[in-house]
Amino acid sequence: MNRSKRRTGRRHPLATVALLALGLVFTGGAYAAISSGTAAQAEAKPTSQETIEEGKKLFQANCATCHGLEAQGTANGPGLIGVGAAAVDFQVGTGRMPMQMQGPQAQQKPPQFTDEQVKQLAYYVASLGPGPDIPADHLVNGGGDAANGAELFRINCAMCHNVAGAGGALTEGKFAPPLTNVSGVHAYEAMVTGPQNMPVFNDLNISPEDKRDIITYLKYVQDNRSPGGFELGSLGPVAEGLFIWIFGLGAIVAVTIWITAKSN
Amino acid sequence: MAQDDHSGTELAAADSSHAEQEFAGSTGTAVIPHDGFTNPGFEPHRPRVTDEDPKREKRAQRTVYTLFYLSILGSVWAIAAYMLFPIEGNDVGAVRLNNMFIGFGVTLALLGIGFGAVHWGKSLMTSPESIDIRHPIGGTEATKQGAVEVFREADEESGFTRRSVIRNSLIAALLALPIPAVVLFRGLAPQDQLPVELLSHTMWAKGTRLTLDPSGVPIRASDVTIGSAFHVIPEGLAELEQGRLEEKAKAAVLLMRLEPSELNPAPGRESWAYDGIVAYSKICTHVGCPVALYEQHTHHLLCPCHQSQFDVSNNCEVIFGPAKRPLPQLPIAVDDEGYLIAQSDFTEPVGPSFWERN
Ligand code: FES
Repeated sequence: MNRSKRRTGRRHPLATVALLALGLVFTGGAYAAISSGTAAQAEAKPTSQETIEEGKKLFQANCATCHGLEAQGTANGPGLIGVGAAAVDFQVGTGRMPMQMQGPQAQQKPPQFTDEQVKQLAYYVASLGPGPDIPADHLVNGGGDAANGAELFRINCAMCHNVAGAGGALTEGKFAPPLTNVSGVHAYEAMVTGPQNMPVFNDLNISPEDKRDIITYLKYVQDNRSPGGFELGSLGPVAEGLFIWIFGLGAIVAVTIWITAKSN
Repeated sequence: MAQDDHSGTELAAADSSHAEQEFAGSTGTAVIPHDGFTNPGFEPHRPRVTDEDPKREKRAQRTVYTLFYLSILGSVWAIAAYMLFPIEGNDVGAVRLNNMFIGFGVTLALLGIGFGAVHWGKSLMTSPESIDIRHPIGGTEATKQGAVEVFREADEESGFTRRSVIRNSLIAALLALPIPAVVLFRGLAPQDQLPVELLSHTMWAKGTRLTLDPSGVPIRASDVTIGSAFHVIPEGLAELEQGRLEEKAKAAVLLMRLEPSELNPAPGRESWAYDGIVAYSKICTHVGCPVALYEQHTHHLLCPCHQSQFDVSNNCEVIFGPAKRPLPQLPIAVDDEGYLIAQSDFTEPVGPSFWERN
């Protein structure tokens, strides 16, 4: 998303606008869907034996090839004992798992399982060993202190994810994904579990309340677009300079040529 | 055989044409320039629509002065916008309106003049083709002589060569003149401390606790789980009243925990880590950006400014990019309450190189 946005930004100013408008609509839609989803899930915490059994079946059918029949890990995938429900909910809920192919990092794609199946898988893996749980609703609904969240975000997250959460490049084809349409639950789970190459931010590093504030800041940035007009992907002065050099100067040159051609 | 014959004739043909060329070029010893270029003269003059049609000319004229008047309008609007959309208080929205409307005015003012001038030049100014013959740049012999004479006379009258003491003192005075400006730069550094000292030391000292940025909460070794990255400042920095940012810019540290088996400490640094926990300066040795893009599986640290990469498992050696030196490591240990402490200050100056660094 970030990449395509950057490319179109160099193509046509209106393309950026159109894309932004589309992005906004989708973000809003997805956000509404997800926040109602998490509300429902927080009420009934399915840790019953039945859920775990269901999850085990799903796991053995879909995940065991790489992670092993008992989630002990194989040469192709890490062991999952002790990663907790949060890790599974994040990886499967954002479509990163099951992985389509090996690459620099697992790509986000439409989730392959229903919400219920994701939870079954998550609680099955959680039953194998203690690990971070799926966060409670009050931590992820954006009801915290956005200013504190912003400071923590700038210190801990902005170097990779960009100060406005627009994402950024890492080494050798890896990248920090944009956070502009990530749900609060998934953002929280990413912090506690450290998916892919992201470091872990456990509760002693960033307390649950501080995580809530960071999510509040992210939601604030999602809801309050740039006050300075076009944000051009929030990529900063380089993107803005490139835009004005190419499109601004290009337009002036085009008009000048047009004037000249007209008088002949 | 047939093939041979064939190639033989080709060779012969090539030879003969070669000989002809050489013959055409060689006319004894005289060198005859032979580039075959003739001056094509001017292209036929193409009259413009404004040359032929007086109505069009009128219209072009109108367009040009309209553009210039629009420019005046833009300038006036920029002044008006400054007053109509003031920036008051902390309202970001006001900044936006103010900038946008002043910008519209200034843009109109500049583009009006620019496009007007281009249009004027292209459609109304006469456009006959003509030739400017190039002239030699040097003066005549007499002019050159005259100039030399002026210098000689001036030298004689002033005694510039003869009175060498005066001359040399003047040269010395001129050389000394810019030195105060250089010395004034010293005023950019703190007055009562040596800049080299300041660059060589940070707030870290033996026993200083590692605390969380920005809260200043001390960190226990057991808090740092594998794969974690903690952004760390020295104990007491969060409470500093004065010079907090200056101290932070030197003392910022990134704390990471790896499997102890993944670390390859350099000789002499075996005791600098604690159970896989390592602390490295966050200040890039290239030009000092904060390096904190940590990848927990590859153990690479990436500097966002110019893409230097440091390998945390190998003493933060540079594996890519313009940085020349590894990131300085902070030797750490654990005190009896389980909190992480520094064994000492950094053993080398952090950040980019400077003259006196050795
Ligand atoms: S400042 Fe880090 S690479 Fe230039």
